[in-house]
Parts: sequence; structure tokens; C-alpha cells
Amino acid sequence: MTLPPLDTAHMLAGGLVLVSFMMLYQDRLSALINLLALHALVLSLAVAWQAWIQDAPELIITAVTALGFKAIAIPLALQRMIKRLGIHREIEPVVGISATMLAGIGLVALALVVMLRTTASAAPLAREDIALALSVILLGMLIMVTRRNAVSQVAGFMSLENGLVLAATGAQGMPLVVEISVAFSILIAFIVIGIFLFRIRERFDTVEVQALDQFRGDRR
Amino acid sequence: MITALLALIASLFALALAAVALRRAPSATTLVYGGALALTLALLALAAVALATLGQGAREATLPLGLPWLGAHVRLDALAAFFLVVIDLAAAAASLYALGYGAHEPEPGRVLPFFPAFLAAMNLVVLAADAYSFLFAWELMSLASWALVLAQHREAENVAAGTLYLLMASFGTLALLLGFGFLAGASGDYSFAAMAARRPAAWVGALVLALALLGAGSKAGLVPLHVWLPRAHPAAPSHVSALMSGAMTKVAVYAFIRIVFQLAGPPSWWWGLVVLALGGVSVVLGVLHALMETDIKRLLAYSTIENIGLIFASLGLALAFRAIAMGAVATGAAATGADAMGAAAALAMTAALFHAFNHMLFKSTLFFGAGAVLTATGARDLDRLGGLIHRMRSLAVPMLGACLAIAALPPFNGFASEWLAFQAILLSPDLPQWGLKLAVPATGTLLALGAALAAACFVRFYGLAFLGRPRSPAAAEATETDRASLAAIWGLGALCLLAGLFPGAVIDAIAPAVQASVAARMPLQTGLPWLTIIPVAASRSSYNGILIFLFITASALMVAAAVHRFASRAARRYRAWDCGFGDVGIGAQYSAASFAQPIRRAFGTAIFRASGVVEMPPPGSTAPARIRQSRIDPVWEGLYAPLVGLVWGLADRLNFLQFLSIRRFMSFVFLALVFLLLVLAVWH
Repeated sequence: MTLPPLDTAHMLAGGLVLVSFMMLYQDRLSALINLLALHALVLSLAVAWQAWIQDAPELIITAVTALGFKAIAIPLALQRMIKRLGIHREIEPVVGISATMLAGIGLVALALVVMLRTTASAAPLAREDIALALSVILLGMLIMVTRRNAVSQVAGFMSLENGLVLAATGAQGMPLVVEISVAFSILIAFIVIGIFLFRIRERFDTVEVQALDQFRGDRR
Repeated sequence: MITALLALIASLFALALAAVALRRAPSATTLVYGGALALTLALLALAAVALATLGQGAREATLPLGLPWLGAHVRLDALAAFFLVVIDLAAAAASLYALGYGAHEPEPGRVLPFFPAFLAAMNLVVLAADAYSFLFAWELMSLASWALVLAQHREAENVAAGTLYLLMASFGTLALLLGFGFLAGASGDYSFAAMAARRPAAWVGALVLALALLGAGSKAGLVPLHVWLPRAHPAAPSHVSALMSGAMTKVAVYAFIRIVFQLAGPPSWWWGLVVLALGGVSVVLGVLHALMETDIKRLLAYSTIENIGLIFASLGLALAFRAIAMGAVATGAAATGADAMGAAAALAMTAALFHAFNHMLFKSTLFFGAGAVLTATGARDLDRLGGLIHRMRSLAVPMLGACLAIAALPPFNGFASEWLAFQAILLSPDLPQWGLKLAVPATGTLLALGAALAAACFVRFYGLAFLGRPRSPAAAEATETDRASLAAIWGLGALCLLAGLFPGAVIDAIAPAVQASVAARMPLQTGLPWLTIIPVAASRSSYNGILIFLFITASALMVAAAVHRFASRAARRYRAWDCGFGDVGIGAQYSAASFAQPIRRAFGTAIFRASGVVEMPPPGSTAPARIRQSRIDPVWEGLYAPLVGLVWGLADRLNFLQFLSIRRFMSFVFLALVFLLLVLAVWH
């Protein structure tokens, strides 16, 4: 059976947006990390599909790194981390869930309007792919902004990064060097953030970001 | 030719890099300044040949540097060649001077690498033919000179001056950047050729004029953008001060001419009025400041403001005449009127360019001399100098010449160019607009006042520094300067005299540059008998430098002979300023403050709110009576102080932004992104 290339690419990218929405309202930490793994899985599928229809075998490497690091290694490490930190409890979104969801819908609409208007001359496949990728990036930012827990901010950051990779692979022919460097930067960011989490925890007995503010000597 | 020029400029940059490596070597000073001297002399020769041979042609090249789709355009036309001559003559003299003066530098590593880079950047600004390379070179020039201002960074005053300079330089570049943006318009073609072909709308032209005045004026030191100049120029080592005052301000003049006369489209007559008014105010404020200043290098810097004012006033006149000439051509009105106005524009532009050249000559000489005085006595304060004519004989002669030149006395060059400027002002009754008919003579009186005050200022400068009796032990024990410095000072001083004796030759040499900027030229002068110059018509006015020189020399010799013949035997020698009383203290001489007192009374109280407070000791106390004097720069008080207050107030208000939580910061970034996307969505 042959799937029409456009629809499948859009379906996978749309799936990514959908998972982002699920992350947006998920208020349990371990479930959030599972969703992050799902997010990365959908991303690797989308990238693999791009590799297939663009006939670009180097994109397979991107897909495999996404699958290996982002869908398996990092979520596993995060799960271990929150076990060791002992924070399985609920996380509290700053704004209510319905307000967050509405904001997310607004952002997706904005991303679509901006992209479809500004890239009228580009190829339709890349155009809509990039619009969806921008939605994923904006949703990732929204996750980061609405969460108080450092671990869930890491999850938001990772999903944002996934949006970047989606945009880059949809745009036909991102050089391999860039991909490898992006993958490495994510890995390093992850390591650094992990170390920081433990250091914060050691100092303040919590990973709530608010706690940091109270310890700042120069706060007015 | 342009390849050779670029190769020489690249060699200057290479020299700067070599200087970084060499800066600790004992012979580094000699090597770097020697190299700079050789390279700038070669540049000077090429530029002079270009000015003589190019005519109205141009040499162009495009280098694969800078913006990828633009490249770096360079273009050598007569205007650029003239300013290259000005810059490289000053640069060669400064390099020669520094061969001797540089030995006194406490930290040569802070000067040597930046000096060749500064020279190269100034050359590059003049050659650049697109906005990107122009601004790049301009900014490089600012930064290199800023680093040189901070060469003696251990003095807090210099650091403050450097910071102020950096601020003003960035502001100026911003203004130029916006100006070029308006000129390029939506097409985004930043080459000068495309901008000149675009013919912007009238309001764009006016806006570009304002931005060019801000950008070039802040670098040139036009009032009210001059505040940094009297602080930064004196803070640098003296050969750099000479370059900043003599050459860098001319680069700013060049930028103004290039933008306003060639790129901003057809001018309106009121443009000239604005430039004229700013020039007139600069002349008077600059020279009044100079008159009251006691620090010799700062005095020279204030005098630079005066001379820049004169140049800009002439440029304003040229602009007004050119606007009317172009208007007459456009409407097809009497062609003879257009010709006359074009000739008048050429006269004013010649005066401006000639004075730019002259100011480079004598201001460099004076700064070199000030540096020599500084190394010989360690003093910059007029009240600690005096009597140097006996201790530094071979310096005193060219300094006297330069003082006469800057005071615009014949037969020196300053007179020739100021005389041309006044000839242009005297043509104002021919102007059709009443605004100009009234404003030009008014500016003329300001310029005349400025010229008279400048003469007083340099009588004071020379009289206090070189005449009288030494006011400090250091001045009493000053010794002669080294040969290299003296060679530079004598060389430029001699050029001052030569340019004054043969003004016709200079006028003809700069005629191609004048033609390139106002599309008209003065009548040929070198063909006239007896080396006379006749700017407009023989029935109006003419000037002959040689004749004046011979007359002055002959009459002075005759007076001297007569005095010697009839009075020398009866003369008795006393020390200066003791009025025949015998041993009077050196404090009985004129001091810097007492010489300026009448001017201070007349102008200072009204303009500078100058005040003097006498503190008498109580009866019976042995404490001395003191007089404290203060003066306020009205521009600083009226314009900059409120601005500084506003910035501080805003900074205080916005200070809370530093103390937000991480999440708030992220939210700000996020909201900013969403806002920009919204703008894009609505705009597109």
C-alpha cells in the first residue's frame, strides 16, 4: 500500500503537535516524561518519513539518534532521576489547564497564520511542515513558562528542541554536521541540566524553581 | 592605481598586526613609525597623482569582502583623492614626528598597534563606495582612535573622556546608519552609485541632511555635538591628537560632503541655512572656550571646533548656492543666474576644502609643538609655561608661523582660505531668498568675530607659552626637542607659508574635487599674472600672497633697521614684564586667566555663566586670598545634563527587571516572540 507523501508527513507532524498538547495538560511528572518519549518517537517517525520521501539517507541517522537518545535514553534517565529525587507527586501548572489549552490553541493558530502567509512562494510540503514545527516550538515554550518544576521545564525544552529538528528536516537537506551538532548540544544540555538538578536539590531540598528566587540575596 | 592604494592600506593593517607582535621589542617604536611613514608617503604620492590626473574620472574596484551579495565597493574620484592627500599628509607628518616623540611614550604597546590601524581606517573611509564598507571603516576609525585616547588609561579623566567619546561615536554611527538606510530605501542596494541614482524624495533628503549633520557633525565636533572633542582629543598622545584634530575631523567633513552633496538628492535652499547657522555658532562658542582654556592641548581642541565651524559655514553657503543654481537650471530660468550661483557654490566649496587642508596643516603643527612642550616641561598648563622662545628656539619659530596661520594673518594659508570664505559671504546679496540674504551676513559677522577672537586666542597662547619669563622651574629648564619631531613641525610649518604664498596653485589643485561635489569650479588661477588670485571678478577683489609677504618683510626689515639705527644704543635690557622696576616676581606677568579676563567679562558672564568668587582671609590670618573661577558649558547644561538625567531616571525605573524570577524572564522572552509573530502575521 502506498501512502500519499503529503498527508503522511502532515499526519506525523500533526501527531507531534497533538503530543505537545498532551504534555501541556499532563500534571504528573512520570507521565509527562513518558509523553516526552512518545514525542521523540513521533519525531523519529516523521524524520524517517522525510528521509524516505526526500530520498535522503542521511536523515535516517537523525531519525535513529532521535529514537535512541530522545525517545529511550533521556526519558529513562529522567525517570531514574525523579525516582532518586523522590518527586512522583503532582506538579501544579501555574495557569489553569483550560486557560493553558486555550493559549496553546491560540499559538498553533498564530503559527499557522504566520507561516502560511509569509512563505507563500515555498513548496507546500515544506510550508505546512514548518508551520506545524513552529507550533511545536511555541507549545514547548508554553510548557516551560507554565511549569514550576525544573524537571518539567526540561521536558518542555526537549519538546521545543524536537520542534527545531522537525523544522530543519522538513526544509530539505539540512547538512549532517548540523544534525550531529544539534544532537550533541541536546545531550550536553541534558547532562548539564541533570547535574544542576541534583545540585539544586542538594542545596535547597527541592527542585521548585521558585525556591531559587527566595535564596537570591539581592532580591528586593 | 586603486590596487596600489588598497595594497598600501592592507600593508598598514599588516603593520598594525606586526606591531602587536613587536610591541615589546626595543626597536618597535622606530620600526612601526618608520613603516607608517614610508607607507603613508607612498599613499600621499599616489593620492596627489590621482588628484592631479583623475579630473572628473574615477577608478573603481569591487572586492569580495563584506556583505556577500554586495561586496566591498571602493572608488577613487577627485573628492576622495583630495581628502586622501589631507589625511596622508597629516599621517606622514605624525609618523615622522612620532619617530622622535614616541620615545617618551610610557607604554608604547598601547599605541603602536592602533596607530597604523587608525591611519588605514581613515584612508578606507574615504575610499569606500558602499554604505557597508563605509560604516565598517568609519567604526574601525572610531574604535582605533578610542583605543589611542585610552593609551594613558591610568588617569581617571582620560577614561571618562574615552567613554564619552565612545558613546558619541556610536551615536554618530547610528545616525549615519539610519541615513544610509533612508537613502537605500526599500531596494536595499547599499552602493553609493545606486543611492545617487535613486533621487530620494524631498522629505527623505531633509531627513538625511539631519542625520548626516548628527553623524558627521558629532565626529567633526560641530556644536552642540562637540562635548567629547575637547576631552578626548587632548587625552591621546600628541601625535594622535594632531591626527584626530587634523585628519579625523576632515574625514567627517568628507562624509558630510559625500552624503549631502552627492547622495541626498537635489538640496533645498534652507538646508544651507541650517548648516550655516550651526557653523556660525560653532565658530563663536569654540573660540570663546579656547580663549578661556588654560590647558594648551585642550585649547587647541576647542580651536578645532572653531575651525570646523568655519568649514561647515562654508559648506552651508555652498549648499545654498548649489540649491539655487540647481533650481534655476530645473525651471529654465535665466541661465546666466544659474552660472553665477554655480560659480558662487564653487567658491564656497573651495573655501571649505582649502580651509580643511589648511587646518590640517596648522593644527597638526600646533599639536606637535604642544607635545614637544609637554615632553620638555611636563606641563600642559599655560600658567606653568613661559619664556620657551629662549629655551626652545627651533620650536618657537614654526610655532609662531602656525599661530599666525591659525589666526588668519597674511601671508599665511589661514588668511587665504578665510578670505575666500568671506568672498563667498559677500556674494549673499545676489541670493533670491530673503532668509538667506539676512542670515548669511549675520553668519558672516559671527565668523568675523570668531576670526578676531581666534587672533586674540593665539596671541594669548603664544605669548604665555613662549614669551615672558618661565612661570615654573620646569619651563625654565626646558631643552630642545629631537630632530625628527622638529623636522615634522618645520615641514608642516613651511607648507603653511607656501600654501599662503601660492594660494592660486592650491585652488587649482583642489578644483577637480570642487567640481566633483558642486558640479562647478572656480576660474583658473595659476594663469593670472603675478600669482594673484581673483575668486569672482577682478573688479570685486583680488589677493596676492607674494606681494603681501614682500611688503610685510620689507616694512618689518625697515622698521627693525630704523629701530636699530636710532634706538639700539639707548636701549637697556631688563627682564620681561618687570616694567623697569628690577626684580619683580614672575607672578607679576600676565597669567592665563588675566589675559582672558576682558573676554571673560564681555562674553563669559552671559554665555558661560562664568563667575569669580574672591575669598579674603579674615583679618590677622596669614592665609592667602584666593579667587575661584568657574564657567559652565551652556550646551552641556542645557542639552546633555537633562539627557543624562533622563537615562539615569529610566535606568532606575527599569532596574527591577534585573530581579525577576527565572520563569518571568522566560515568559518575557516567550511573550516577545509571540508579539513579533503577531506583528508579522498582521503586517504581511
